[in-house]
Amino acid sequence: MSMRSYCGVQVCIDRSRSVIPTVDLTEQVLPKLVCAGNIPGSILAYNGAAIMAMKGKECVAIAADRRFGVQAQTVSMEFDKVFEMGPHLYIGLPGLATDVQTVAQRLRFRLNLYELRENRRIKPKTFMSMVSNLLYERRFGPYFVEPVIAGLDPKTFEPYVASMDLIGCPMETEDFVVSGTCSEQMYGMCESLWEPDLGPDDLFETISQALMNAFDRDAVSGWGAVVYIIEKDKVTKKLLKTRMD
Amino acid sequence: MEFMTMPTQQAEKPIQARFSPYDMNGGTVLAIAGEDFAVIASDTRLSQGFSIHSRDTPKTTQMTGNTVIGSCGFHGDVLTLTKVIQTRLKMFSHIHNKDMDTTSIAAMLSTILYYRRFFPYYVYNIVAGLDSEGKGCVFSFDPVGSYERESYRAGGSASSMLQPLLDNQIGMKNQEGAKQVPLSKAKAVALVKDVFTSAAERDIYTGDGIVIHVVSKDGITTETFPLRRD
Repeated sequence: MSMRSYCGVQVCIDRSRSVIPTVDLTEQVLPKLVCAGNIPGSILAYNGAAIMAMKGKECVAIAADRRFGVQAQTVSMEFDKVFEMGPHLYIGLPGLATDVQTVAQRLRFRLNLYELRENRRIKPKTFMSMVSNLLYERRFGPYFVEPVIAGLDPKTFEPYVASMDLIGCPMETEDFVVSGTCSEQMYGMCESLWEPDLGPDDLFETISQALMNAFDRDAVSGWGAVVYIIEKDKVTKKLLKTRMD
Repeated sequence: MEFMTMPTQQAEKPIQARFSPYDMNGGTVLAIAGEDFAVIASDTRLSQGFSIHSRDTPKTTQMTGNTVIGSCGFHGDVLTLTKVIQTRLKMFSHIHNKDMDTTSIAAMLSTILYYRRFFPYYVYNIVAGLDSEGKGCVFSFDPVGSYERESYRAGGSASSMLQPLLDNQIGMKNQEGAKQVPLSKAKAVALVKDVFTSAAERDIYTGDGIVIHVVSKDGITTETFPLRRD
């Protein structure tokens, strides 16, 4: 186990408030400030999601559930939360569904500009900085997403996984990253099932079991899942049949 | 547990003093029922906030020759509740000249907890042992006495990390075509050690060590196992 640091401060600000409040800020606003993905009632848990990424031997995997719901009511079971950002680069965006799609579109726009200007593929680490910068630009009115990035280096094919909080504080790890409404369950599963140097087939089995058993203990995520196995010369997308309750 | 003085903005208002009767001391318990045995384990850390009070405080209590209770949450209530249960069990054995059944202890615990419905014991309980037929049994409770017989259950601070793995490894959930084979004592104990080691990696309220009790018709055996201490 490697040491990890995670120093993000999680802050949410009520964006529906159109007038500047005249009440005492310390009493009225401060108690609402703290929110996180695994706390029911927070904006990050409004739609529900579970996403994780894992490193393997010369491969990486990223997996996500497919539910889109409004609190307890499920609306769709074919919702995309993982987006292709290059031949070997994927990003998973759990959080508020409207921000998931907005962030995915703005990232695609910035990435297109980068690749036109540089005339080469982006490195996963550079892409991570791009996401971090996009999120931190909204430091005091954040997008409610906590991204997970998985990819292979375009030249060396070195595996890469990272995650960050909603204001862009990054965390790069040597094993796996998780994000979403059932992060505790996902940590419990990954910590027990993951091992170093898994091949693509074993990695698929590991990440699928870790994700499915984690979100089966969460009421607002699940309802189908998608797994991407990213290798040097191919990317495999698999849809998982899961329990639909 | 703390006393708080709330300063108010206006000078005319009196100062309010508040007392919070509850605290959270962490800890995790886990129980698995086998065919003719039950395993119950807890970690040995007692903490509050970011400080560790004790590294050697098991949260399991042996109640009779074939029942063990694991309790975590507010340690003050844990101590009071286990004392109340032990008193009730002693009264029972004096009156009836025998120990109470595991099933009956679970039913009694439910009423003890519900009696305090509006000022609850802040305790998560799991009862493990052998039932009247000699089969392994596990009962899990919420703090106000709702309870259920199950074949495995994790409770306390790392329960959300342990439970999905138990679903997978004991409940054989999400495994197509897998057969339910009877769980052996050795596999149950090994699984307990594995899941606690994983939980100690991520949960700051779980660590230092675990105590594992195996209840079978030959009695109760106890073993300890170290966990990370940071």
